[in-house]
Amino acid sequence: MIDVQTKMAGRALELLYLPEGQPCYLLDIGCGSGLSGDYLSDEGHYWVGIDISPAMLDAALDRDTEGDLLLGDMGQGIPFKPGSFDGCVSISAIQWLCNANKKSDIPAKRLYCFFSSLYSVLVRGARAVLQLYPENSEQLELITTQATKAGFTGGVVVDFPNSAKAKKFYLCLFSGPSTFLPKPLNESNDDDEEVQESEFTRERVLYRMARRGIVRKSREWVLGKKARRRRQGEDVRPDTRYTGRKRRPRF
Amino acid sequence: MKLLTHNLLSSHVRGVGPRGFPLRLQATEVRINPVEFNPDFVARMIPKVEWAALLEAADTLHLVEVPKGPIEGYEHDEKFLRQMHHVLLEVDVLEGTLQCPESGRLFPISRGIPNMLLSDEETET
Repeated sequence: MIDVQTKMAGRALELLYLPEGQPCYLLDIGCGSGLSGDYLSDEGHYWVGIDISPAMLDAALDRDTEGDLLLGDMGQGIPFKPGSFDGCVSISAIQWLCNANKKSDIPAKRLYCFFSSLYSVLVRGARAVLQLYPENSEQLELITTQATKAGFTGGVVVDFPNSAKAKKFYLCLFSGPSTFLPKPLNESNDDDEEVQESEFTRERVLYRMARRGIVRKSREWVLGKKARRRRQGEDVRPDTRYTGRKRRPRF
Repeated sequence: MKLLTHNLLSSHVRGVGPRGFPLRLQATEVRINPVEFNPDFVARMIPKVEWAALLEAADTLHLVEVPKGPIEGYEHDEKFLRQMHHVLLEVDVLEGTLQCPESGRLFPISRGIPNMLLSDEETET
């Protein structure tokens, strides 16, 4: 158990792309007993950890972690001045925001409160790498939507997408202008294997395209439909330059 | 809780916003921890330090040898950096309270861990 957490902390720190050889002030969300924090300390960084469980924080005290610990609920916001942290990591914590522990909790609100306060406490241009275990794609979408609303750009990096056991999701968020999304890890290093990444920005997309992705009745749509039917084994006319072309009005 | 953390902590009670800083510190138990000196890190943190809040906190804890402000060329002044290192990273508040200056709400500190949990009414909408 310990080993997995440490490995994920290492990967998260790698994805943070902090400047080489510079000790940074980092935030660890859901630090628990300080396993990820210890990794940060070993790499020469200073950190503050937040966790909602007093028992886990007590365990962290017993392990004598170097970072400062706070007892707090991330869904209530991060209680720091703007521009406090050079980066943020989180290992296996933010999926808990999707649970409503009390009847009055609305996950979307708590997520938005968390992400908007996180955006504020990060230095401009800093990143947050949040490793999580999303229950399903709806949950992942809920999380990424709230992150985008709060002003973050970025995307989800999926390591080992084809392995049920090793598959890990890292939500990489940037608080400055959009930069590149890191390459995910893959078991076989084939270049033609499809790597799952989703990048999202705040750019506005045409409403009808946002709804479908492809405009209905366009050439693209027709070609897509024909390809689908071919895959189903149907007899389909070959594609020519006349496929899906605009006909005369009286057609 | 180190004084560096205290210098950056802010109250997130609903409606308080930027007036939730700085949190007034009261300490009943303080400990001095030796921490490895890293001049790069201390130099990078100096611009982020809110000096008025730091001096107030240092005063409450009766600390001596606290620089009153950043000096010219502090990045290369080892004595200054060591003093700041001691104040920011080696002083550990174990028991005490933090008070929000706007709402008066008290956050207790126990075993070095401040309790920042808010009730439902206090949570930011």
